[in-house]
This record gives sequence, C-alpha cells and structure tokens, in this order.
Amino acid sequence: MNEKITEKLKILADAAKYDVSCSSSGGKRKNTNKGLGNAEGMGICHSYTEDGRCVSLLKILLTNHCIYDCAYCVTRKSNDIKRAAFTVQEVVDLTINFYRRNYIEGLFLSSGIFSNPDYTMERLVRIAKKLRQEEKFNGYIHLKTIPGASDELIKEAGLYADRLSVNIELPSEQSLVKLAPEKNYTEILLPMSNISQQLVQAKEEQKLFKSAPSFAPAGQSTQLIVGASAENDQQILQLSSDLYKNYSLKRVYYSGYVPVSADNRLPIITEPPIIRENRIYQADWLMRFYGFDVKEILDDQNPHLDLDIDPKLSWALRNRHVFPVELNTADYEMILRVPGIGVKSAKKIVSARRFAALNFEHLRQMGVVLKRAKYFITCNHKSLQPYDFDSQRIRNKILFGDGALRSPLLTQQLDLFKQVG
Amino acid sequence: MYFYTYDGSFEGLLTVVFEAFERKAWPTAIAQEQVAQPVIFGETIVVVTDEEKAQRVWKGLGKRLSEAALHQLYHTYLWEQQGFEQIIFDYIKLAFNSAQTIEGNYTAPCVLQVQQAAKQVHREKHRMEAFVRFQKTTDELYYAHIEPDFNVLPLIIRHFTKRYADQRWAIYDTRRCYGAFYDLQSTQFITLDVAPRKGLGVLPESAVMEEEHTYKQLWQVYFDHVNIPERKNPKLHLRHIPKRYWKYLSEKQPRRLA
Ligand code: SF4
Repeated sequence: MNEKITEKLKILADAAKYDVSCSSSGGKRKNTNKGLGNAEGMGICHSYTEDGRCVSLLKILLTNHCIYDCAYCVTRKSNDIKRAAFTVQEVVDLTINFYRRNYIEGLFLSSGIFSNPDYTMERLVRIAKKLRQEEKFNGYIHLKTIPGASDELIKEAGLYADRLSVNIELPSEQSLVKLAPEKNYTEILLPMSNISQQLVQAKEEQKLFKSAPSFAPAGQSTQLIVGASAENDQQILQLSSDLYKNYSLKRVYYSGYVPVSADNRLPIITEPPIIRENRIYQADWLMRFYGFDVKEILDDQNPHLDLDIDPKLSWALRNRHVFPVELNTADYEMILRVPGIGVKSAKKIVSARRFAALNFEHLRQMGVVLKRAKYFITCNHKSLQPYDFDSQRIRNKILFGDGALRSPLLTQQLDLFKQVG
Repeated sequence: MYFYTYDGSFEGLLTVVFEAFERKAWPTAIAQEQVAQPVIFGETIVVVTDEEKAQRVWKGLGKRLSEAALHQLYHTYLWEQQGFEQIIFDYIKLAFNSAQTIEGNYTAPCVLQVQQAAKQVHREKHRMEAFVRFQKTTDELYYAHIEPDFNVLPLIIRHFTKRYADQRWAIYDTRRCYGAFYDLQSTQFITLDVAPRKGLGVLPESAVMEEEHTYKQLWQVYFDHVNIPERKNPKLHLRHIPKRYWKYLSEKQPRRLA
C-alpha cells in the first residue's frame, strides 16, 4: 500500500515540477469553522528545493496519462515514460496529513488529460470539494484548469479553489500551432476571460451581500515557457503586460525551458535559460511594482533584455537625462527608478528625510546599497561621483568593479529568484 | 552613574523606565539581576517589577506611537541581544521627549536599531512558522521542538492557534525551557520538568505513531522529486535555508532505507 503511494508520488511530483508557480499568497480564507488550516495573507515557504525554489504547496498531477502531445511537455502522449494516477481519496489524505505536520500551505493540483477534458476537470473539482466540505480544510488550494473543460466545471472549481490558473505556455499562436497542435489560443483565452469576469462579479456581489460565495479569492495566474519557441523578450513581456491589464491576472510565471526530451519540433538546447528567465522576472517586477510600462523596458530597437545587467539599470543607462535624482526632494516614484534602490529603501528614504536632510552616512546606516545607485543620485546636492561618466563607462564600472576584471555573469548572482514565487 | 537591575521581564523593563523618569536618573546600564556585575563606582538601583507602573509607561507610549511601533519595541525585547535594554530605553525616552512622532526617523540611532532588531526577530518568527515540523505522538498530540535564535515563541502562537484549530499541538523551546500547548480550546504556556539542553533531541520511538514514519518518508520522497537537477543552485538554496535550520527539517534528515 505504502509502496504504491510512494511510487505514484514519485511519478506525479516529478511530472508537476515544471510548473514553476508555488505561490500560496493572496488568499483570504480564514479558519472560522474550527476546521483545519488558514490561508490568509502571505503564503509561507516551508522548504526550498536544491535549485532554490520555494516549496509551499504539495504540487502534483492527478495523473500523467494524457491524450495530447505537446512537444515541450514530459507528460505528452508520445513520450515513453511510466504513467500513474492518484485516486481522489489518496490526494485528500496526502494533503491533510502533510498539512497537519506543517509541511505545506496546501495543494496545487494539475493533471494530464485523461479520457477527455471534462472527465479530468470533474475529478480535480471533486478533490477540492471534498477537502473543503468533508475535511473542513481552509488551507490553500490552487487548481489548474484543463484546456477544453466546460464553463460550469470551471465555475464550480472557483468556489473551492483559492486560485485558478490556465497555462498559456507558448507566447504566440504560431508556436502553439507548431508545438501543441491539439490546443488553440481561443480555447486558452476564453476560460481566462471567463474567470476574470467571475472574479469581478463575485467581488461586486460580496460588496452587496456579505454572504455571497467567493470565487478564487487569490485570483488567477498563468505560465509562459521561455526558450522553447522563438519569441523575443519584447513579445513575451508585451503579452504579460496585456494579460495584467486585460485579464486582471495576479501573476504571470515564466519557466525557462528545461530540455525534457529530444522532440524534433523543439530547439536543441542543453541548459535551461536561467539568466534570461531571471531578467524577464525582473522586468515583470518593474511593471508590477515600480510603475514601468513595458514600452520603457523594451522597444523595437531593443527587443532583448540585456543579460549582463538588470533591466532597471539598463533603462537608467538609456535615460541619463532624468538623472541625477536628488534624494532629499525627488518623488517616491522617481527614487524607485534609481538602479539598486528597492521598495524598502525608497520608503525608508522618504520617511527619514522628513526629520533631517539626508547625507550619505544616513543612507549607509539605513542599509541603502550604493554600488549601483551612486552613479544616479545626489544627496544634499553632493555626489559620490566627482566625474560625469558616460553610460558605457558606468556599465563597465558596475560590471567589472573599478579595476578587477571578473565575468559579469559569474558575479551576478540570481538574486531575484528569492522574490519569485 | 546609575546601574539598574530588573527581573528580566518586559514589565520589569518598563518599570525601570518608570523609575528612571521618576528620579531623572538616566541609566548608564540596565541588566538582569541574575547576570548583573557588582559595580564599584556609581549607584545600583534594584527595580522591583510593578505591573501598574509598567502599564502607565505602556499606555503613555500608546498615545505617542502606532500599534506597529509598539510591536517593534516588544520585538526588540524578544531579540535578547547585548544591549537591547538600553536601546529600548533610549527609544522610549526619545518618544516621550519629542513633540512629534519619532517613527520613521532613521537618522536617530535608537530608532534605526529598534527597526533592525525587530526585523531580525520578525524574520526568525517567520522561519519558525515555516520550519516547525510536527510529529504525531501516540496520544494524538502534534509535537515539535524548537530552539530559535531569538525568543519568538510568544509571537508564533497566534499563527499556530489559528491554523491548527482542530488538532492538539505543542511547541517546546528547548533552549529557553518553555513551550506552548493547545488543547482544542486555548493555548497556554507550559514548562516541562526537563533540564535545558543544547540541540533539539528526538522523541523516543515508542512515543510516535507508526504513521509518522510513513508521512515523513512520503514527504522526503516528495522533496526529492520536486527538485529540478538541471537548475541546481546550492548557494541560493543555502541562503534560503541556512544550515543551522536543517535540524528542524525532516526532508533534510537521512533517508531510511525502505
Ligand atoms: S495537455 Fe497538458 S499534460 Fe497533456 S501534453 Fe499538453 S501540456 Fe502536457
């Protein structure tokens, strides 16, 4: 019995791991029924994988049997791998017992398409329903909707799940046709817009009646695969920008393509494009939290993100005319645009300068990192940079230090990963 | 020169503040009775904890500080690092002596220090909420040991009480020798009659449910299989879970051969 479960868990966790989302934040579910669990507010990472990703949810497939044959996917029909399927009860038991021991925040359930989309979706919904109604489970549930599943089922899923996601995976229709021949963009975008309408509707109803049922309170997200098809960074980020604006998505996740097999429809790569993926996340961050428009980050002249430097620095080097920024008087929004100054530092600066005119010593004590910022700021009209360097010189100085010659890609640790998830 | 001693409690420390203001005798140092060194020069003032005086200080602060700032101050107490009493004292004195709010005035050292101490404590609180691993004992209690860097047990109780409302649980701080116990109604502090120890120790085999091994193993299997070897990044991994936290994590324990 145990061995059977162990074997299934191996196969179905393995198959689910390429979905990078593991977020459990944004939930609003409180433990009001003296049941198990609570999914209010910020999610918790209970562990980290050796590749440094957050482990917050039990992320598994219900089954890795699939009738489709998407080139980029390990689960695809034509791939010669071991197949397995959990029963509804097995998933419920694993979730509850992991949760009780404080291993996880909840469940992220997805599935290959077994028999047909509705058949599969119906089982996913049944698991969520059982957890909520029979187990009084208030932990986090993220359900992936199955492409092609009926509206009613997706609607029902939203009653039990905290988050729903429809994975777009491929950033253009063209690639979709080539790499996932059974899918089409309408089939993907339609449920997304349905979900976003439901989200709006549920919110309005809850304003009127407190007791109106909530619908996926943590919103919807999607994932794009980076590097399995030919789209450039501009196309990818433009798509994300549209998704945030038009479908009110909470998050777009990016998954650097890990070569899972030699399917001849795919480019031949040996390593996942981790640095590129990281730069895309940074750019996404700039759009969501730093007030950048996608057109400021990339344009037709610069359709690719610079791999050596982060996109904010890149933008600043192209826009030297707005610098230097005087930290004692500049708007918060402008301080946020200074390379190397993040949300926390910007807030501290704006708060502290109400009490005293800030100097560089104040900044140092507050923990504001000046390595990159110093080329773009003045503090009390003083600058740490006596000379006016051109953009190229600044770029080199930041990358290589003042003298030493190091590989920029080595010294650039992938700091942003900690914010992913 | 005035040397204050107190009993180590938060109320005691607030009483010190009260006494110092009453006498206008600003402390040169504040220390707990058990560890205070006798002084040659200056006066030692032994402060006896007085709930009422402590309350008056706290209420007075409540008029000048936001809820968040009061929390930060309490966090600084739980921080327990060298000199925390003086930092708290300086902060309170500055708050009482300033016409405007002092919150966010990071140009004042004590404000910055309180903010930084509170941040460290907050991070440790968050880590404990994440890394506690319960084991189910034969009497159906979900039990965990901790030995946090800072005294965060009082801060994590709320989280666990809300989350595990339908199971009995206990978390014990083996370094500070006290714990919290939830009995399906409310959560209480408890002390067990065991000597302080270094290291977490393990529950005797006979005390844990057989299914405990099953779920621990399944969790280890899960952990091994969500990993993507092509993306291995040990440096990042270690930054997220520094080695000193591994002792809590069942997924970091040796695999039992099935
Ligand atoms: S439908 Fe989903 S599981 Fe099936 S092959 Fe395509 S991506 Fe993989």
